[in-house]
Amino acid sequence: MSKIDIAVVDYGMGNLRSVSKALEHVAPAKTVLVTSNPVEIAKAKRVVFPGQGAMPDCMRELDARGLRDAVLYAAQYKPFLGICIGLQMLFEHSEEGDTAGLGLFKGSVKRFATADMVDSNGDKLKVPHMGWNQVYQVNQTESQPHALWQGIEDGARFYYVHSYYVQPDDESIISGFSQYPKRFTCAIAKNNLFAVQFHPEKSADAGLQLLTNFVNWAPN
Amino acid sequence: MGLAKRIIPCLDVTNGRVVKGVNFLALRDAGDPVEIAKRYDDQGADELTFLDITASSDNRGLILHIIEEVASQVFIPLTVGGGVREVEDVRRLLNAGADKVSINTTAVLNPKMVQAAAAKFGSQCIVVAIDAKKVENQPFEWEVFTHGGRKATGLDAVKWAEYMVSLGAGELLVTSMDRDGTKIGFNNPLNKAISDAVEVPIIASGGVGNLQHLVDGVKQGGADAVLAASIFHYGEYTIKQAKEYMAQHGIEVRL
Repeated sequence: MSKIDIAVVDYGMGNLRSVSKALEHVAPAKTVLVTSNPVEIAKAKRVVFPGQGAMPDCMRELDARGLRDAVLYAAQYKPFLGICIGLQMLFEHSEEGDTAGLGLFKGSVKRFATADMVDSNGDKLKVPHMGWNQVYQVNQTESQPHALWQGIEDGARFYYVHSYYVQPDDESIISGFSQYPKRFTCAIAKNNLFAVQFHPEKSADAGLQLLTNFVNWAPN
Repeated sequence: MGLAKRIIPCLDVTNGRVVKGVNFLALRDAGDPVEIAKRYDDQGADELTFLDITASSDNRGLILHIIEEVASQVFIPLTVGGGVREVEDVRRLLNAGADKVSINTTAVLNPKMVQAAAAKFGSQCIVVAIDAKKVENQPFEWEVFTHGGRKATGLDAVKWAEYMVSLGAGELLVTSMDRDGTKIGFNNPLNKAISDAVEVPIIASGGVGNLQHLVDGVKQGGADAVLAASIFHYGEYTIKQAKEYMAQHGIEVRL
């Protein structure tokens, strides 16, 4: 088997083309493989864990393909980027379909509460949270932004589409937040892992910069 | 600050060519969808919508190649509509690189298809397009029309919107058939009625003639996104000018 620089985990939940195209665009010299083969995921130097649709289906399909262990291993030991449901699945539990997640992080996934969905002008806010919102970076260590925020303005807009958000028990893993209308966690980071709620592959220059940073990232 | 209101240029495509949108001065090949998509992306478009108006089924596959090309060069959300009849059509478009698929006439003929597509691919990628017209002879104000506004359905547009969301539509594209092509502004009462009735975002469409219409669409019509074709295609305004104008009028946009 030839070398695999970046594996995009495919568990049958929709379209991963956007993710792989964006990675190929920022890293034309790298081998990007969309795969549902645990062996290939184990061999890859970096792993991207995307996801769309509903979390109960995502968890079921992940297990149906026998990918749970490969994903958990990658999430702990190699540069790993979770996107959207790929962030949510890392937690213990989701309100969506009362679903158990992978449990790598303590905390839960919650739906935007209808009662909160009003902006400062009193206008109704829609769910799903769909469109471009500002992402505020959190300096987790001293005053240094995370390597994946390099070259991205604090408050840059990224593209979102989701109705659920993560609520980590351990606040030290929070690397970014947005507001809709309340503050919610949109990025977490720990060691070799970074995971975001927004879609970097659909977020124009800011998103491509984040993917570039991931491709070049050498976590300790 | 929070979520920005979106500006979405719409490209009508037939037989692989854009049929509106022929006036970009610098374009060598004015009708090339990929080149036009890139131009709008550079100007700061928040999403792009492609409407396949190809009449012959022989040439329908062309849209897939276009979307593949665009999706490998433009990294913003892409919506594709026109002629989507089966769940399999949705799958093909998503696999080609579309992020959302817009369903119009088929939603009326076969609402279960909307439900099946949303269940299979997720509500986030299912847009239901509603073409509505003001009517006098019904117990409601706006009626749903299909087949490009030619066929009345007897359906109340507001109730229909609620029903489509209950089946799994993640977003609604609301076009006023009375306003489309008139350049006198969106039908804001229609948009507002639908926006208030549903939890999902709505895209206002039909009737934009100037930048104030975009502002009114958001402020009066409650639109989460505004879609326009001719004011951008014919070079009257750039996306950037539209966004700056909206920002000056207190609307949050991505600049």
